[in-house]
Amino acid sequence: MQIKLKIWRQKTAKERGKFDTYEVDANPDMSMLECLDVLNEGLMQQGEEPVAFEHDCREGICGSCGFMINGVAHGPQPATTVCQLTMRHFKEGQQLVIEPWRAKAFPIIKDLIVDRRAFDRIISSGGYVSVSTGSAPDGNAIPISKEAADESMDAAACIGCGACVAACPNASAALFTGAKMTHLGVLPQGVPERHLRALRMVTQMNEEGFGGCTNIGECTGVCPKAIPLGVIAHMNRDYLSGSWIERDKTVAVLEPTSDWT
Amino acid sequence: MELNSHIPAGPIEKKWDAARFDLKLVNPANKRKYSIIVVGSGLAGASAAASLGELGYKVSCFCFQDSPRRAHSIAAQGGINAAKNYQNDGDSVYRLFYDTVKGGDFRAREANVYRLAQISVSIIDQCVAQGVPFAREYGGTLSNRSFGGAQVSRTFYARGQTGQQLLLGAYQALERQVEAGSVTMFPRSEMLDLIVIDGVARGIVTRNLVTGKIDTHLAHAVILGTGGYGNVYYLSTNAKGSNVTASWRAHKRGALFANPCFTQIHPTCIPVSGDYQSKLTLMSESLRNDGRIWVPRKAGDKRSPSDIPEAERDYYLERRYPSFGNLVPRDVASRNAKAVCDEGRGVGETGLGVYLDFSESINRLGKHMIEDRYGNLFEMYQRITDEDPYKVPMRIYPAIHYTMGGLWVDYNLQSTIPGLFVIGEANFSDHGANRLGASALMQGLSDGYFVVPYTVGNYLATTKLAPVTNAHPDARNAVSCVEQSISKLLAIKGKRTVDSFHRALGKIVWDECGMSRTAEGLTEAISKIRQLRDEFWSNLNVPGSAADLNQSLEKAGRVADFFELAELMCIDARDRNESCGGHFREEFQTPEGEAQRDDEDYSYVAAWGYRGYGNYPELSKEPLEFEYVHPSQRSYK
Repeated sequence: MQIKLKIWRQKTAKERGKFDTYEVDANPDMSMLECLDVLNEGLMQQGEEPVAFEHDCREGICGSCGFMINGVAHGPQPATTVCQLTMRHFKEGQQLVIEPWRAKAFPIIKDLIVDRRAFDRIISSGGYVSVSTGSAPDGNAIPISKEAADESMDAAACIGCGACVAACPNASAALFTGAKMTHLGVLPQGVPERHLRALRMVTQMNEEGFGGCTNIGECTGVCPKAIPLGVIAHMNRDYLSGSWIERDKTVAVLEPTSDWT
Repeated sequence: MELNSHIPAGPIEKKWDAARFDLKLVNPANKRKYSIIVVGSGLAGASAAASLGELGYKVSCFCFQDSPRRAHSIAAQGGINAAKNYQNDGDSVYRLFYDTVKGGDFRAREANVYRLAQISVSIIDQCVAQGVPFAREYGGTLSNRSFGGAQVSRTFYARGQTGQQLLLGAYQALERQVEAGSVTMFPRSEMLDLIVIDGVARGIVTRNLVTGKIDTHLAHAVILGTGGYGNVYYLSTNAKGSNVTASWRAHKRGALFANPCFTQIHPTCIPVSGDYQSKLTLMSESLRNDGRIWVPRKAGDKRSPSDIPEAERDYYLERRYPSFGNLVPRDVASRNAKAVCDEGRGVGETGLGVYLDFSESINRLGKHMIEDRYGNLFEMYQRITDEDPYKVPMRIYPAIHYTMGGLWVDYNLQSTIPGLFVIGEANFSDHGANRLGASALMQGLSDGYFVVPYTVGNYLATTKLAPVTNAHPDARNAVSCVEQSISKLLAIKGKRTVDSFHRALGKIVWDECGMSRTAEGLTEAISKIRQLRDEFWSNLNVPGSAADLNQSLEKAGRVADFFELAELMCIDARDRNESCGGHFREEFQTPEGEAQRDDEDYSYVAAWGYRGYGNYPELSKEPLEFEYVHPSQRSYK
């Protein structure tokens, strides 16, 4: 099948980018990324630079890949990353406009690759249980209801790809941040730090330049792991009570940076 | 070279205790004076970096991905073994030890495996405490499933995303140390050489993948947790970026490479569908708990599976191995799948596939139960193949999945270069010639959380290291080696792309050093690899420059190392005149077609030393002694 690709090309963070148009002979069974592989092989044979895009596991779990296809993060198939999106979802001759995640907190590095270290800093600011190696009780010492384990797992499935931010008109990271708070907060192990965690993670999220959440729900709509919108309610609840309970604590932030040296 | 494995004396169940007491400690106030480099941020690397940071060392952790959370451990699906015996089904540390030694076809070191089984129980506790959402029973206790190669249920899991959840636990522990200031994280940094000064590992040379800058990082010890080399086959279940470069460059600096031919072919992957295919997708082995594997009895039977009546189906694993059935270990399941396809009984368009059928389980347990257990795997299968496995059987075929070989390490996980430690899949140690399902996660975390933090401390406490700077001639030499190899790749300006070479290399290795091997085929493969390598160095096309993000250049460096590794794999496979585990030499099989080991002549670890490209590598042997589990022909009948 013939596919037209209109792709964002930008050599470095500092240079201006533009769209270039290409034609590819695709196979309906290939993935979107394999389609880009075919394009790149052709470009290189003509002595041109290939389109840079992030990818690694190609089975929808590492969270490396992701870009907008015709304005939708990860393309038209629900709950699917671009590495698992097969070309059979497109029509013969269709044009696909492909561009990187657009958000102030995700500066472009090259072509379709963006800098998502802001997510790591949000986790660093409190997205963990403070338990050092060796100090754990027996795994069965604290029973956890199946419901709680399932709810936690639903949120923990987040792959940190950034589609939620890219889809949100406010470029908010509320779904990502709320998912981690829910994952840890519904388990007894995560309860002692629940409020301080909320305070710290939300502070860091705001510091990174992500926008605020206005309950639009685009994020959950494009999320490849279908993280439920309820995690944002969880975040807001913990943040609200945390702001009172932990009001005497000072919250330090990690310096956001887009520098690579 | 004389290999000293430093296995502690005494009965096997006391060895690790004895070792821990004998290992020297670093005073807590002195720990911050020591810097440690950890390369790789998967289960092994992240857990090591986090644990060492918690102890107070100054840690630098490197990964080539944009975030440590992307490491390929994340893709492990099925689960992690631990000898908890929560199911009261007769499991014990000794049984896990026994199963692993037997599963590895008696080519692993007993003492290491026993320690792994002992530590397995602490890993589960640690991960639960971190908030890993393991599957639970309604009463709130941890749930288990069974896995290939075992008759007890000892596998802990988090849906089909166990690797993801364990990695996120380790990643979060790592990020906690980043915030605490004890770990500095270097994402998008690829290690391209090891700096060895006065015979000991003192640092690494990296390339910043965004700016192209070559940097020198010095430390008191270096730990590699850089994963396996399955991507030498091009098509594998590994992530596209997984590579052997860090291990290989350490090998070229003097670290011996052990058992490179021990590679694992996973029996349940989605079959190849076209030449554009970039990778293979694994379907968790746990599916074999409820799925039945079969092919038509008649060769060339092209009917759709629903039209083939029971009597004309061959459930070949159940027939040949009645006691383990569909749960035989991976090497056995893979070899049998190949055999039935070679007989012309394979299914699907290419004839390279067998059915994995859930209809009986769905009838017995109900669709919702199957959905609960494997929902995400079924969805993934449908997304890729456009077929609904609740209605038609899955088609599966073996694919390269894991590599048991790796850099040689002693009991303390130290390589033959002092100060260079190797953990997780990157080392060779615990799985022998075949890894059992759900054991990779266990080993990665065992090495990282519970072994290397002690043994590196011992090294630092007992070694006097002079201060060094970037200006040291050996450090500068490593930098210039890296710069030269990059310029060389860019200067070729030929016609053929890196992927095209990689694909061709992968096909040679898969055909001759894959599921079955012969001395003749391996010899031929070596000459083909050399020819292709010559073309690589004269006709490679790497567009762009070294001064910015250049994915072709990154790949080119990795593929250059795969060429050399591929040759070593074939040399090792040809040198091992026996069949064991994943290494199946057609010349050595029992009358029933099972692997025929030769314990008299080959009960050793083959550790190869680099002697310059084109020179035959030097073989050192570490004899394996089995005091507890006596080698027998592995029987799963």
